[in-house]
Amino acid sequence: MHGPLWLILAFPLLGFLINGIFGNKFNRVTVSLVACGAVGISFVWSAVLFFRLIALPPESRIYVEKLFDWISAGKFNAAFSFYLDPLSALMILMVSGVGFLIHIYSHGYMGHDESYARYFSFLNLFTFSMLLLVLGANLLVLFVGWEGVGLCSYLLIGFWFTKKSASNAGKKAFIVNRIGDYGFLLGLFLIFVTFGTLNIAQITEQAPRLLASGGILVTIMTLLLFVGATGKSAQIPLYIWLPDAMEGPTPVSALIHAATMVTAGVYMMARMSALYMLAPLTMGIVAAIGALTAIFAATIALTQFDIKRVLAYSTISQLGYMFLACGVGAFGAGIFHLMTHAFFKALLFMGAGSVMHALSNEQDMRYMGGLKKKIPITFWTMLIATLAISGVPGFSGFFSKDEILWESFASPQGNILLWIIGVITAGLTALYMFRLIFMTFYGESRVKSHIEKHIHESPSVMTIPLIALAVLSVIGGYVGIPHLLDGSDRIGRFLEPSFAHFSESAIEGHHSAGTEWLFMIISVIIALTGIYIAYKMYIAKPELPVAFAKKFKGVYTVLYNKYYVDEFYGYTVVKPFIKLSRIMYNIFDRVIIDGSVNLIAYITEWTGEVLKWFQTGYVRHYIVTFMFGVVIILGYFIFR
Amino acid sequence: MHFPILTYMVFTPLVGMLAVMVLRKGADNAARYTSLFFSLIPLLLSFILLAEFDGSTAKMQFVEYISWIPSLGIHYYLGADGISVPMLFLTALLSFVSIIASFGIKIRVKEYFAFFLLLEFSMMGVFAALDLFLFYVFWEIMLVPMYFLIGIWGGPRKEYAAIKFFLYTLLGSVLMLVGIIAVYFYTEPHTLDIMELIHRSSSYGHTFQLIIFAAFFFGFAVKVPVWPFHTWLPDAHVEAPTAVSVILAGVLLKMGIYGMLRVSYPMFPKAAIYYAIPIALLGMIAIIYGAFVSMAQKDLKKLVAYSSVSHMGYCMLGLAALTTASFSGVMFQMFSHGVLTGAMFLLVGVIYDRAHTREIAAFGGIGAKVPIYAGVFTLFGMGSLGLPGMSGFVSEFLTFVGSYNSPYIQRWIVIVSILGVVLTAGYILRMIQKVFLGPFNTRWENLTEINGREIFTVVPLGILTILIGVYPKVLSYFISASINNVIKIITG
Repeated sequence: MHGPLWLILAFPLLGFLINGIFGNKFNRVTVSLVACGAVGISFVWSAVLFFRLIALPPESRIYVEKLFDWISAGKFNAAFSFYLDPLSALMILMVSGVGFLIHIYSHGYMGHDESYARYFSFLNLFTFSMLLLVLGANLLVLFVGWEGVGLCSYLLIGFWFTKKSASNAGKKAFIVNRIGDYGFLLGLFLIFVTFGTLNIAQITEQAPRLLASGGILVTIMTLLLFVGATGKSAQIPLYIWLPDAMEGPTPVSALIHAATMVTAGVYMMARMSALYMLAPLTMGIVAAIGALTAIFAATIALTQFDIKRVLAYSTISQLGYMFLACGVGAFGAGIFHLMTHAFFKALLFMGAGSVMHALSNEQDMRYMGGLKKKIPITFWTMLIATLAISGVPGFSGFFSKDEILWESFASPQGNILLWIIGVITAGLTALYMFRLIFMTFYGESRVKSHIEKHIHESPSVMTIPLIALAVLSVIGGYVGIPHLLDGSDRIGRFLEPSFAHFSESAIEGHHSAGTEWLFMIISVIIALTGIYIAYKMYIAKPELPVAFAKKFKGVYTVLYNKYYVDEFYGYTVVKPFIKLSRIMYNIFDRVIIDGSVNLIAYITEWTGEVLKWFQTGYVRHYIVTFMFGVVIILGYFIFR
Repeated sequence: MHFPILTYMVFTPLVGMLAVMVLRKGADNAARYTSLFFSLIPLLLSFILLAEFDGSTAKMQFVEYISWIPSLGIHYYLGADGISVPMLFLTALLSFVSIIASFGIKIRVKEYFAFFLLLEFSMMGVFAALDLFLFYVFWEIMLVPMYFLIGIWGGPRKEYAAIKFFLYTLLGSVLMLVGIIAVYFYTEPHTLDIMELIHRSSSYGHTFQLIIFAAFFFGFAVKVPVWPFHTWLPDAHVEAPTAVSVILAGVLLKMGIYGMLRVSYPMFPKAAIYYAIPIALLGMIAIIYGAFVSMAQKDLKKLVAYSSVSHMGYCMLGLAALTTASFSGVMFQMFSHGVLTGAMFLLVGVIYDRAHTREIAAFGGIGAKVPIYAGVFTLFGMGSLGLPGMSGFVSEFLTFVGSYNSPYIQRWIVIVSILGVVLTAGYILRMIQKVFLGPFNTRWENLTEINGREIFTVVPLGILTILIGVYPKVLSYFISASINNVIKIITG
């Protein structure tokens, strides 16, 4: 196992620099070649390292590479070093792989944009940051990548910055992430104070010795890190930036929502599993937030008409599943779902992009319909992704989601309530996803007439990545077939050394295979029910949704307006904040502080003004004053 | 006797001033290039200084020690250690850059550059002096050129700003003078040798330390400026010409922190520990308050000025914490803020020269018109909000990690201070958005892109901030031994 690992990072970074500095002088093909080539090489090298790692016996699948001592002062020391183990190996493969497909797709999708070079340089920087995050051997290097993806999301979401909504969305993403980072940083400091290091391997090793299981310290530590994760991975209460992130170019949405950025929180928690396993209270909170976010976002997705927005809320919901998995200690299941989700969600976004490409950038599903025949490749690939995300047996999402659902009940941290929420969400997922498919591809065409005649399938540079991802969305699940289905759960076993596990004693009595079968069948039935309802509502009786919306107007309005959360934050956080800053400046700074400074100056000046009347320069005035003084003093002595 | 490099660095600008003054009237270009030449020499010398410096020791290097006023025990005593070397380099660099940025000055050109070189002379002197008397002389000389630079070449309210700056700082230095005299008479035999005074610090009584520390502290605090003594700063910045703002924010503010690190902290260690919590609180308030007030600004330059108040708060917090990591953070922050804010003021000057306004609301969407300028501005904005990979992150992180671990201050102060990270992102991004993003304001149809000379002034600053962010050793090599030593003196 010989690196070097830094090569994986070097190419995207180089691509960023080349296109960032000289990109404007290159033609478009050169820019694409540089950008796609950089990520492509990175992917190939990741794959080489991945297979070399697999070739090793499981216990020696760890490789550390130190570049240099980075920040050191006093007791603090952090090296710039990378860490390859099964978890990070899988992640780099996925990030660079899916990232590569997105780069290729972008060549077609962004072909006409005038800021082509800027786009690709940012895309490379994004990939670089995410790879850095994943490979970081200590929390500080991880944090560099963590902030890097935050920066890139800012730059890419606000890519079309002359649009006010886009620049707002970029800013919102950055600031909300920073709020999460506040928690993350505090967690970092607390970890450093406790362990004297930020090296992840050392923390993992020392955690059981230094921290009492269930103790207050480890609980606070993990909660603080979790706050960072809610920001990055868009969970309640910091998910609000993600739906707005749709303002960016569609491939960027695919990149942010699938392979990078939002998965960072899940990855970080899996990485720190040794700490989380010591904090059952935090785990409970993580599981609860995950489950709540999953169902909450799914209900919003039901009512949205913007095709990308449906997918955005779907992402939030799916991330909820991954948090649920981490919260019940099933880190392997969480990462498995992270991977399959990367495939099908990247596909869904790029499919949506392909639909928009065909419809002159129409995003409203009310103006789509009947596209099945006109853009067949887009349709079939998106259908596959939809089947995968809905958890239809045989597709990748089924395996990963089912594992999470089962663990949410069967794990020592799980309970039936979490499972119920998870299963309902699965039903909702199938419903809103097939609603999307039916509204977009089936029924009568509602496309605006002037667009209608231009409808065309995307060029092959866009459809080939779709097909590749469609294949992965199907087969991606077969690396994790559960034992129940006579599989060997290869991914689970592969990842096992990277995580902390429940002790044997914590796992009380295995559930019977029968129970597991029962739960699986129920979840499949519910998913199929979701699809059936979608069929009823959007194909069989298209008038139904309108009737529903009318009948449950209150609920519908609340859902359609996303529970008014943005408005709530606006009134309770943003507005008071701006008001406070104005008060501080106009009243406190100008009047009180600077006022006192000027007051002192005025008093000094005024004193001088008064005193100057006594300094006339005329000797006779001084004699008169002197005489008064003599009289008063004499009078005092005479009459006392 | 070795080559007296520090004397050359300090006095070359003074010679330059004389050279500029004897030029014939109206020889504007000659004045420009003469001063460029005389500011280039200290910069080149500072490279030698960096190369020759031995980072493994805390001892004073390049020492020059000549008796000056023997009857009072005053010496011409110059020397540099890890605390002053980075500041000398920063001063030389920013002065050089600022002189290039001043080429656009049109009125009374000769006087302007003469004053500017006098300013450089005094700043260099402050960072090189190791005798309190000498230190004080340089400190006070600095006021004169600054007063005229703001008062003559400033904006509409220049007189007000100049007088306010002058009087406020003078008030601070008077208290410092009281402190200097007190120390002089307290020690036996009387001396003003800073190193000697530090050496004897263990013999100073507790009460004496508390009172004299406070006197010095106030003198330095006005310069930093520590909240609530900061209100001269925005006025001075708004009125000052661009290059003067660069020096003001980049170097002058650091003199306050430098004074604390060089004089008050090691000389009065008991007081440093005694006052730790109040000073940390002042730092915390400055960080949060400065950020809030920055958010409310309508003027681009004022926003950057107030952000300096917030950023200097990190230094106060780090000083109060009294740990090696936090002191390193302070040093990093001094250097990093000098580079970043220097660049910010240069960039604000670039847009002001073209648009003749700095009102944030007057712009909008100009990123489409001047993409390179917008990109460079965003880069330094990101540095300013502490993005990893740039110097601001290293300084903030070290300050926080050192303070968080400090036995001298309470942890909640640090926890509140870290909120500054979020608030800073808020006002920096708001500024970038309102100026560069959104729909293009057609009023700026004729805005021209940043030119070669202007890019040349910010490029070295950009390289430095990234270099330090990626490989902080380039700076910590110089500072760590000296910082360790100071901490050892204070905390024993």
